[in-house]
Amino acid sequence: MAFVEIQQVQRRIGVLQILKGIDVSLEKGGFLVLLGPSGCGKSTLLNAIAGLQPPTSGDILLDGESITGLHPSKRDIAMVFQSYALYPNMTVAQNVGFPLEMAGIAKAQRDADILSVAKTLQIEHLLDRKPAQLSGGQRQRVAMARALVRKPRLFLFDEPLSNLDAKLRVEVRAEIKRLHQQTGATIIYVTHDQIEAMTLATKIVVMKEGAIQQTGTPAEIYNRPANMFVADFMGSPPMNMLAGKVSADGRALVPDAEPGSLLPLPHVLAPGQRVVLGIRPENIGVEGGSLRLDLPVEVVEPTGSDIFLWLRFGTALISARLAATESPTVGDRLSVALDMARAVVFDEATGGRID
Amino acid sequence: MSLSATAPTRMNRIVIYGLLLIFAAVYLVPLFVMLATSFKTLDEIRGGNILALPAQPTIEPWARAWGSACIGVTCEGIKGYFWNSIKMVVPAVLISTALGALNGYVLTKWRFPGHRIVFGLMLFACFIPFQSVLIPMARVLGQLGISNSTAGLVMVHVIYGLGFTTLFFRNYYDAFPDELIHSAQMDGAGFLTIFWRILLPSSAPIIVVTVIYQFTNIWNDFLFGVSFSSGANAPMTVALNNLVASSTGVKEYNVDMAAAVIAALPTLIVYVVAGRYFMRGLMAGAVKG
Repeated sequence: MAFVEIQQVQRRIGVLQILKGIDVSLEKGGFLVLLGPSGCGKSTLLNAIAGLQPPTSGDILLDGESITGLHPSKRDIAMVFQSYALYPNMTVAQNVGFPLEMAGIAKAQRDADILSVAKTLQIEHLLDRKPAQLSGGQRQRVAMARALVRKPRLFLFDEPLSNLDAKLRVEVRAEIKRLHQQTGATIIYVTHDQIEAMTLATKIVVMKEGAIQQTGTPAEIYNRPANMFVADFMGSPPMNMLAGKVSADGRALVPDAEPGSLLPLPHVLAPGQRVVLGIRPENIGVEGGSLRLDLPVEVVEPTGSDIFLWLRFGTALISARLAATESPTVGDRLSVALDMARAVVFDEATGGRID
Repeated sequence: MSLSATAPTRMNRIVIYGLLLIFAAVYLVPLFVMLATSFKTLDEIRGGNILALPAQPTIEPWARAWGSACIGVTCEGIKGYFWNSIKMVVPAVLISTALGALNGYVLTKWRFPGHRIVFGLMLFACFIPFQSVLIPMARVLGQLGISNSTAGLVMVHVIYGLGFTTLFFRNYYDAFPDELIHSAQMDGAGFLTIFWRILLPSSAPIIVVTVIYQFTNIWNDFLFGVSFSSGANAPMTVALNNLVASSTGVKEYNVDMAAAVIAALPTLIVYVVAGRYFMRGLMAGAVKG
């Protein structure tokens, strides 16, 4: 049995079903990211694990024991909140020491623990300050220190980076990753940012409307999305989606956007079936690939490291990612290569991936 | 919009300050008359101008009001009644504020089924007229054996104040982030620890508001005082009324005025000391920062 087992967890508020039977497991030392758009139930699930919003039905096991009925304080779980939730009337040292104080740990031991965790997070110089005197990034570190100091069995993070500016977000993200590698802690992390999920997770759970869409490693989720929702949610710009009908020989797609062309499918399908072909921008380039198309350039978006192109394909726009060394101009016809081996096909009606 | 279009012109300024000065004078004249009269001798009061400053200032009326003026049949001044009021106000304010804080905490952070109805009923208590509870309250006090005592008055004021203090604290704690409570719960803090360590230290503004409000109301209360106490147990307001009403020979306006100022002094002091927190507390939570 895995270290964390979430079994058939449901939560209902009136007739509204917030969580529709969630099953998740996580090994000790794993980093699980709950990913999804706002309102998908990911924070509700996190609160259920924390004990702040008990599930209507289902069970949550930690290290083999059910914790579903336990009070939050008895679960040995620490949480970092989106707003950091630092106690405004206490200094940083008192904040960090609060869980230890509540656990009845002696003052001398407490001070030693506070200092040691403050060193790890480089907040020693802030220990005497009040939260109001700290910057966003510093507050974030203090919140992490307060969670870390208890050495809990499980860490929960509720969108911890969403209140930080872009630059700081990247820094703290790396810091969280470093902490995870250093301490080997088991972490469950909620975010709506797919880049955070990709960079941090050992396992991602993509949720939508209270149900799990896909569970897997970041690579699995990105390369083999279970359905169109996951494919569209992961990646920026998102995967190109071309709806159409399978040709008479079952080997190609006749896209609705450009019915005159034939796009070879990665595998043979039933002729006439309605499908959606998905291909990521980075699988469209100037070299290699199995299919060449001559497409006019409509928009050029340089990002510094790459160039994103929007190419006209019949009635559709296709995004492509090129190396920054390329210099296409708007209005040019560009010969691009599509790596059809990496394309994925979805059933248009159900949205599920077809293998 | 240009600055000159919104900035008051010189004429506007004169009108505004002129009006403000007139209203300030209207409000301050009675206080001035009271203070001036309280330092005058009786002869001067009878012969002189009510607005004039005392010609030969004397503190004798103050001493008489405090220590030897006759109230009813006893001639020991108002000092005993002043202490009666203090003994009534301090516990009543402390208890009603503490209970209001606890109520506000439970109604916002430990919500139970029906919490809205309970709060609605408590709010309703704010609108019950004093007069309608006099007779039932008298009976309750009698049955508890604390009629005509300071303890009885404390109880009446605590009960009557609870609606207001609960309202103040509930609205203040409503804006207090739930995440802090959740965080403290996960850190292992219990119901009272969270209240004492997390919530109360952040409640200074609303505590000041509640204390001022309760102190002023209870100190100035006359109806409960006159209904549920008598004789030597009466609070200051009742004694002041009796002092002014007791007529043995000459009417001592200067003593009456001195006694009235003494009666008003504690609320004045509370406002001067804590007034700036009062406004700040009233505004807190109105606009989320």
